[in-house]
Amino acid sequence: MLTIEHLSVKYGTLAAVDDLSVSVGEGQWLMIVGPNGAGKSTVLNAVSQGVSYTGTIRYEGKDLRKTDAATRAKAIGVLSQNHYMGYAFTVEEVVRLGRYAHRSGLFSPHKAADEAAVEEALAYTGLKSLRKQSVLTLSGGELQRTFLAQVFAQSPRLLLLDEPTNHLDLVYQKQLFALISEWLKTPGRAVVSVVHDLSLAKAYGTQTLLLHRGRAAAFGDTETVMQPQFLNAVYDMDVADWMRTLLGQWQPDAHASN
Amino acid sequence: MNRIGEHFHGWIYAIFALLTLCVFFACVCLGSVGIPLRDTARVILDAIRGVPSDGALQLARSVIIPVRLPRVLCVALVGASLALAGAAMQGLLKNPLADGSTLGVSSGASLGAVMAIAFGITFPSLPFAGSMVMAILFALLSLLIILGLAYRLDCSLSTNTIILIGVIFSMFASSVMSIVITFASDHLKSITFWTMGSLQGASYHNAAVLAATLLICATVLLLHANELNAFAVGEENARQIGVNVRRVRLIVLITVSCLIGVCVSIGGTIGFVGLVTPHMVRMIVGPNHKRLLPASLFSGAVFLMLADLVARTLLNPRELPIGVVTSIIGAIVFVFIYYRSRRR
Repeated sequence: MLTIEHLSVKYGTLAAVDDLSVSVGEGQWLMIVGPNGAGKSTVLNAVSQGVSYTGTIRYEGKDLRKTDAATRAKAIGVLSQNHYMGYAFTVEEVVRLGRYAHRSGLFSPHKAADEAAVEEALAYTGLKSLRKQSVLTLSGGELQRTFLAQVFAQSPRLLLLDEPTNHLDLVYQKQLFALISEWLKTPGRAVVSVVHDLSLAKAYGTQTLLLHRGRAAAFGDTETVMQPQFLNAVYDMDVADWMRTLLGQWQPDAHASN
Repeated sequence: MNRIGEHFHGWIYAIFALLTLCVFFACVCLGSVGIPLRDTARVILDAIRGVPSDGALQLARSVIIPVRLPRVLCVALVGASLALAGAAMQGLLKNPLADGSTLGVSSGASLGAVMAIAFGITFPSLPFAGSMVMAILFALLSLLIILGLAYRLDCSLSTNTIILIGVIFSMFASSVMSIVITFASDHLKSITFWTMGSLQGASYHNAAVLAATLLICATVLLLHANELNAFAVGEENARQIGVNVRRVRLIVLITVSCLIGVCVSIGGTIGFVGLVTPHMVRMIVGPNHKRLLPASLFSGAVFLMLADLVARTLLNPRELPIGVVTSIIGAIVFVFIYYRSRRR
């Protein structure tokens, strides 16, 4: 579905991503993990054509660099980590923008398919009751769900999520990942997401790309990549031990000893 | 606050149009010489039909037809154009303080017009429109310089950066204008006109040029209302939903430059209309450009006609430059918006 070959991105003289090659197939959820500054978000920016790069990124065999913005938006939906809203658009207005690429011309009215997609996206994300509310009054989680609904309204087949649970509390984190897991169950879809939380990557990812200083330290099945020899080398610590220590706080005996 | 929102049907446009028409006739009637509405209507009808008016209406006709009517027409069209340009720029840059005057575009356009007057610059195909073409070119050039500098300093184009660059550019344009005036003192009277901003002596020819420009530019901007909505949510978001951001940005910037350039070449620098009007209108109809652009167009016309009425009648028989009136109102609203945006 998505094939990245020899991708390199430079910011000045700094190589943010260096000769990266990965691929994502239908039904897969690729988790991109790694320490700060590893180049995780840059990979997503390159796929969404937000930065200039060398190498090739193909979607369904077509070079994304040669694909126009509207065609790209019909296939690939992007959910960013931050949304600063300046104007009081309603939730519905923001979600409706997701159908922009599906309009056939300047004068074309809203088609029934557009209306259906917007309604479905609002219902799917549980935003129907908030549809007329100003986005300036939403909580961080509601705002993130609004933009997720916009992405769903685009009817894409590939989702790119850049640290989607950033600034979200546990309830919204759980809701968001449950929604995306459900979305992925429809055949012909795939997800690529950048996450910091290795537990989330382990729980939801079918594949994992471990990045270190712009290069792929490991890429493959999540179970394979999440082995101590890869993680410990990249994070320069005993990752599994740290995770067990954290989880140990929730064991009944640990709770009792406190 | 309740707003008209999605239920913004034809009748709302009809109310805006009716209000504009009422203010238009009020402004034609009122002034240093007050003329009753019935006489005004008869004089205008006589002029349209090409027949002479009754003896009692001769004085009214000599005031309305050659002086007041073209002036109020030009004021309404300039107000509509500047408000439309302001609304489009505020959407494109996702910045409620963006306007021709705050960004320094009006100063740039004035510099272009002043240079055309001072050095007698004309264009072979447009011999009568030297100052107009120069004002449009300099408006576009100013916008590109200001946004280019702002992008280099701060990719997010934050309010503070935009305003700071706009102030610096305005000061720079004013300094260059002073140098030009020093070298062209024989054109001092004409040049002073641009710095004050006035539509005294506006003609039907001016009104026709303004109407044609507004018709074309308003059509272009209204056709890009969806794209402006996407930019107002965020440029990155616009790109992600499939907007060709480079093409749309260029089209909107050229259109806005044409609107500001033509307005400045005819009326001089009339500040803050594009800032005040869209802000007020946004509080009523919301930020959706499908509603905001037409509502700003009508409201801009009303705002400037009323400001012109104040300019003409406040110190009667003396007249204030219209730019002074709009700047006083605009400065207060500017502080109010800036204060609100900083608190958010």
